[in-house]
Amino acid sequence: MARTAAAVGLGAALIAGVAMAQTATGPIDGAIDLQPAGSEMAREIGTFHTLLLWIISAITLFVLALLLYVMARYNRAANPTPKKFTHNMTVEVLWTVVPVIILVVIAALSFPLLFKQEQMPADVQLTVKATGNTWNWNYTYPDQNVEFLSNPLSEEDAVAANKPYRMAVDEPLVVPVNTTVRVLVTANDVIHAFSVPSLGIKEDAIPGRVNETWFNAEKTGTFYGFCQELCGIGHSIMPIEVKVVTRPEFDAFIASKGGQLAAAPTAPATSEPAPTPAPAPAGAPGR
Amino acid sequence: MATDHAAAHGDHHSDRPSVYDPRRWLFSTNHKDIGTMYLVFAILAGIVGGALSGLIRWELAEPGVQIFWGLAEAGNLKTDQLFAIAQQDGTVKAVFGNEHSYNVAVTMHGLIMIFFMVMPAMIGGFGNWFVPIMIGAPDMAFPRMNNISFWLLPVSFALATISMLVPGGSMGHGFGGGWTLYAPLSTSQALHGGPSMDLLILSLHIAGISSILGAINFIVTIFNMRAPGMTLHRMPLFVWSILVTVWLLLLALPVLAGAITMLLTDRNFGTNFFNAAGGGDPVMYQHLFWFFGHPEVYILILPGFGMVSQIVSTFSRKPVFGYLGMAYAMVAIGVIGFIVWAHHMYTVGMGLELEAYFVAATMIIAVPTGIKIFSWIATMWGGSIEFKTPMLWAIGFIFLFTVGGVTGVVLANSGVDTVLHDTYYVVAHFHYVLSLGAVFAIFAGFYYWLPKMSGLKYSEFLGCLHFWFTFVGVNVIFFPQHFLGLQGMPRRYADYPDFGEFGFAFWNKVSSYGFLIQAVGTGFFFLMLLDTFVLRRRKLVGAQNVSPWGEGATTLEWTLSSPPPFHQFNELPQIAPEKAH
Repeated sequence: MARTAAAVGLGAALIAGVAMAQTATGPIDGAIDLQPAGSEMAREIGTFHTLLLWIISAITLFVLALLLYVMARYNRAANPTPKKFTHNMTVEVLWTVVPVIILVVIAALSFPLLFKQEQMPADVQLTVKATGNTWNWNYTYPDQNVEFLSNPLSEEDAVAANKPYRMAVDEPLVVPVNTTVRVLVTANDVIHAFSVPSLGIKEDAIPGRVNETWFNAEKTGTFYGFCQELCGIGHSIMPIEVKVVTRPEFDAFIASKGGQLAAAPTAPATSEPAPTPAPAPAGAPGR
Repeated sequence: MATDHAAAHGDHHSDRPSVYDPRRWLFSTNHKDIGTMYLVFAILAGIVGGALSGLIRWELAEPGVQIFWGLAEAGNLKTDQLFAIAQQDGTVKAVFGNEHSYNVAVTMHGLIMIFFMVMPAMIGGFGNWFVPIMIGAPDMAFPRMNNISFWLLPVSFALATISMLVPGGSMGHGFGGGWTLYAPLSTSQALHGGPSMDLLILSLHIAGISSILGAINFIVTIFNMRAPGMTLHRMPLFVWSILVTVWLLLLALPVLAGAITMLLTDRNFGTNFFNAAGGGDPVMYQHLFWFFGHPEVYILILPGFGMVSQIVSTFSRKPVFGYLGMAYAMVAIGVIGFIVWAHHMYTVGMGLELEAYFVAATMIIAVPTGIKIFSWIATMWGGSIEFKTPMLWAIGFIFLFTVGGVTGVVLANSGVDTVLHDTYYVVAHFHYVLSLGAVFAIFAGFYYWLPKMSGLKYSEFLGCLHFWFTFVGVNVIFFPQHFLGLQGMPRRYADYPDFGEFGFAFWNKVSSYGFLIQAVGTGFFFLMLLDTFVLRRRKLVGAQNVSPWGEGATTLEWTLSSPPPFHQFNELPQIAPEKAH
């Protein structure tokens, strides 16, 4: 029952799978793990999370086992006369030092991942700018001189187009596959957040400042994301749809938007590491 | 000694005014009466906050916007039609009942549970009742200030409630910007131009004044009014927990007051503290808020640590293991709590170095917390454990707080937080430490001290039913929310996609069923209250009246009658070293 709200039926859902042709990556109903990774970064996040999951599960089960043991061994019936000890230097040192060691191990693996996320790679080949509005996204390709608004599909349009309501948009963000894409994120009115979990990115869109992040999609297809910062009545309906295509398809897309084709791979402004205070690209509606 | 003293007092209750005299409550300067009022207030606010969470789970049980549309006066406008209207003339016409109302429910659920349920119950309720008794003092240091601390709270709560019902701005009634009140959503004239947000700011100001006055009162009481022989290192751990908590309150709340005052002037007097267009910085608000907000979450849990320590020790008939380690672990948690705030804001673009620092600082908190968990288990080790209702809640607390704690370690890693930030994983995490941690501790304390406060024994049967239904229910509610978060379901979404294999419907449905189970548990709580206070079947008499929990209960409240005399310790008890904690 719950699953049929938007889908018109099983047949339609099957047709939808065919109609969308390329793989689509988004939240899977009933799944218990992270979304499938669409980039090396997302995969590394997934690997690290799996490791953390093993560690925290082991700790939790250890605590549970201790609790069950004391409850069975030291209840009133099993142990009518309580002992009176209140100190044991050995265990106290152990339960201080062992957690410290575990945390150092976690930190040693955590920092490289963080550094990789936060440091802009040198080989940035494309810059896109996402500007959050209440309640849609504005995408700009500053070097290609392309700009368009990405509106969510209304429920009727989504049903008609056989696309997922609250995930699909009329104009997705189109990027080429196997390309390091720098994403500049800002907002016009209130704070939003640009996030695509399967590509391993999330960055707040804040009025008055331009944040940057990056991704490199490994395969073509559609990757869905959401606005992740409460922004008012339309917060739950300003989805993000990223369409990863081959380089020729991307060139065709830029051409169809009236952009400058040749500028894409060789633009000098984008081939160097990003300057820290990123200037607002021309033509963007930001301040 | 103390016991003779109590017996002498048990007989003459004649100085206790009538329960039906309103002056006893309005003008009260008695810490026990004020504590009782705090507890009743917390229960009433908890009903409101719980009802709001019920609306949230009802709405999310199935895809589509049902409940908040059902409340709509605006008719049958769909969300996208509302947008069309908004884009035409800049306003959304719905009066009440749309996704904004959902956001209002989420916002007020958070604020009410934090400021009007957990804090009044733990600090105002149990703190007022038992801190003076546990240190052997006749009352709080400033009894009249204690009165105003309490009576500011209903005023504050009234303002917060009115805030829900007055125009919030173009989106509808109430303020729907989340309990964090982030600017510029909270300062936006276009979205929140109405009086709702201003009322909420004033409400928090008053709640803050109430808490700061209370904090000063506790600090002065604990530092100056301990009975002879009650050194700081002989104080029960509950008193330690309250001492650390009120210091956090005293240092953190003024920062919140400053931040929300700036919100108020940004909204009404043309300042630009958080307005980027005027040279302000929206991120500065987040830094100020979380400089308060992170200590605040420890304010919510630390008194629980103290209560669980007392309860575990009592029902294991064994002194607390590693007393000094336990006390200073709380001090350490309090101190470190002030230097980790930006882990709530990893995605604002704060820069690599800052993020790396906050990752490291945050993970350090796991060490003193681990010391506490293991020390509780070591307290039980070798003990003679009796599984009365308070002990069930305390053991439940230890396990569930561990679950919430380890997911905190996951979230501390900024690299992983990239995919989990602002998702249901975070919701699951903080409900495990607060809803399943702090609230379990409150119920543990409630069952533990109910006989002392009332002189009546509750029904263990109803208490057990309350525990087991709640334990199963809250786990069914919140454990699946980890899965939703891993799949990327954002927080504060009134509706979610559901299309073919995509969506979040399954675990949301499970979670909502969990709410029903938990609601049955809460029903048993109220049945237990009725059974105890209306039928009054189990009056505590004789030795049971003084110390119903037997030899394990060693703190000073168990040397007094139940309920304690209206004024206790007119002659101060002498604390011998072996009597301590």
